[in-house]
Amino acid sequence: MAGLTAALLLSLLCCVALGSSGIGWGETLRHLRAGLTGGTIAPDEVSAYTIVWELRFPRALLAAVVGAGLSAIGVGVQAMVRNALADPFTLGISSGAAVGANAVLLFGAFASLGVWALSGAAFVSALAAMVLVYAAARTAQGLTPLRLVLTGSAMYYGFSAITTLMVFSASRGEAARSAMMWLLGSLGGATWSSVPIAAAVVLAGLGYLLWSARGLNALAMGDETAAALGVDAERLRRVLFVVTAAVTGAVVAVSGAIGFVGLMVPHVTRMLVGADHRRVLAVAPLLGAVLLLWVDVVSRLLLAPVELPVGVITALIGVPCFVVLMRRRGYTFGGT
Amino acid sequence: MRVDVEDLSVEIAGARLVEDITLRAGDGQVVGLVGPNGSGKSTLLRCVYRALRPAAGRVLLDGDDLHALTAREGARRLAALPQETAGEFGFTVDEVVAMGRLPHQSAAGRITATDRERCAAALRRVGADHLADRGFLTLSGGEKQRVLIARALAQEPEVLVLDEPTNHLDIAQQLEVLSLVRSSGLTVLAALHDLNLAATHCDALYVIAGGRIVDCGPPHSVLTPELLAEVFSVRAHRVPHPASGAPQLLFDRLP
Repeated sequence: MAGLTAALLLSLLCCVALGSSGIGWGETLRHLRAGLTGGTIAPDEVSAYTIVWELRFPRALLAAVVGAGLSAIGVGVQAMVRNALADPFTLGISSGAAVGANAVLLFGAFASLGVWALSGAAFVSALAAMVLVYAAARTAQGLTPLRLVLTGSAMYYGFSAITTLMVFSASRGEAARSAMMWLLGSLGGATWSSVPIAAAVVLAGLGYLLWSARGLNALAMGDETAAALGVDAERLRRVLFVVTAAVTGAVVAVSGAIGFVGLMVPHVTRMLVGADHRRVLAVAPLLGAVLLLWVDVVSRLLLAPVELPVGVITALIGVPCFVVLMRRRGYTFGGT
Repeated sequence: MRVDVEDLSVEIAGARLVEDITLRAGDGQVVGLVGPNGSGKSTLLRCVYRALRPAAGRVLLDGDDLHALTAREGARRLAALPQETAGEFGFTVDEVVAMGRLPHQSAAGRITATDRERCAAALRRVGADHLADRGFLTLSGGEKQRVLIARALAQEPEVLVLDEPTNHLDIAQQLEVLSLVRSSGLTVLAALHDLNLAATHCDALYVIAGGRIVDCGPPHSVLTPELLAEVFSVRAHRVPHPASGAPQLLFDRLP
């Protein structure tokens, strides 16, 4: 844990220092200190300071928050649908959030909300998507894992189709381009105003998950076992559903739909520390934060000065990972 | 602890699967439920370990209404081995057994020395302490069942509910699991497929067909050729077990 925390801080620093505008390490550290302690800087250093303090640092923090959030939700969703190959995308929530975000970007919907329009719309449409998936998957017996996964996957395509329709029907080329960034995820929109909200929601969600970690263990063994252990599986799954949707909405609102982090990180974590959710939930967010910090560095430097969507890098790593994992173990996708 | 099921009815999706069942298991008794597939044994048991709520009737533990207790209180008195696969998460045997302590811990509570000791004792009791660090999913069927019994024992219940605990086990494992259950001293309610095992390991049997109790009593008075013909549609011949004298059955198709 201590090692991981150190790795996180170091990665954070690297993510701030590495970039295409060639600001040195010493200079980066000086500007960071100036920003943190409110020190003074020379007038000719203002542009470098702005890059470090107003662009790169919030961006690095956002990468850490989003990485931690996606990993924590991944763990929660996997226990919820009792399937180690699920992630927030499997439930269609993140692509639902992207619909709202694109409505704002392309058509100026919710303009009355001002600067909150984008994240607000993403959040609200994540919740709407959640209600839709919930209503469609629900049966008289409650939410069953397999139905949830299948409904979510279908909804994912539905929401993506709506987003694509919007992109095609919008006339403004630049907006369509940024809509693409949204579909694939980007940390480019990080500002000092967007980071704290996302961080607060992620922390609250993580807190809830840690608090119910033992319930998640029971849930992962099956609903009947959970019942016999004194855990109301149906109720826990309902609350988990709302919590994961809310955190997904908050994360997608600030970073778009970054795939596979929520799938890979919980997996790697389980390989390292076992399946007990108390340990998994302590380690996975740290690991996810470190991963996304470095993915962000790669996305900025690989084709610099062109910046790749973060989701492209995570998908390039994640898809082979997924296939290998799925072939190696007898996954049942929540069925029996 | 005495278990009384009183006039219990259970409905799933509007269909009444268990109708007006009354049964009793005295303190420390091993009571078997037998009946054809789909007769309602599992449904009844699921209601007893609280995976289902009754549509009517009650389950009483020493007179206390089980469904009026909180889920945790209930789980401290009654443990169960449901009939379900354990999913695909790679829990170790230790972690699986530790789940039995769940109803004894507060939500954020850490595992205490007492918890660890109870888990270790439970594993020793079922003769599975050497498996502690193994992955649960890598175990054989018999080993898995022993570990699940250890989890139930770690729960420190007074009642144990078992839904077909001998399914998919070879004969040595079947005998081992049932003798473990018998030697636990707990009040046991078990659905069993194998009538000969039921006859040798249960103090009393309840025969269920079509969601209702058809007959009950000690094995030798219940397992008659007439009843077996009626309920299971087989012709049965009864012979005494050469060692124990318990009634054992040999089957033919009905003519």
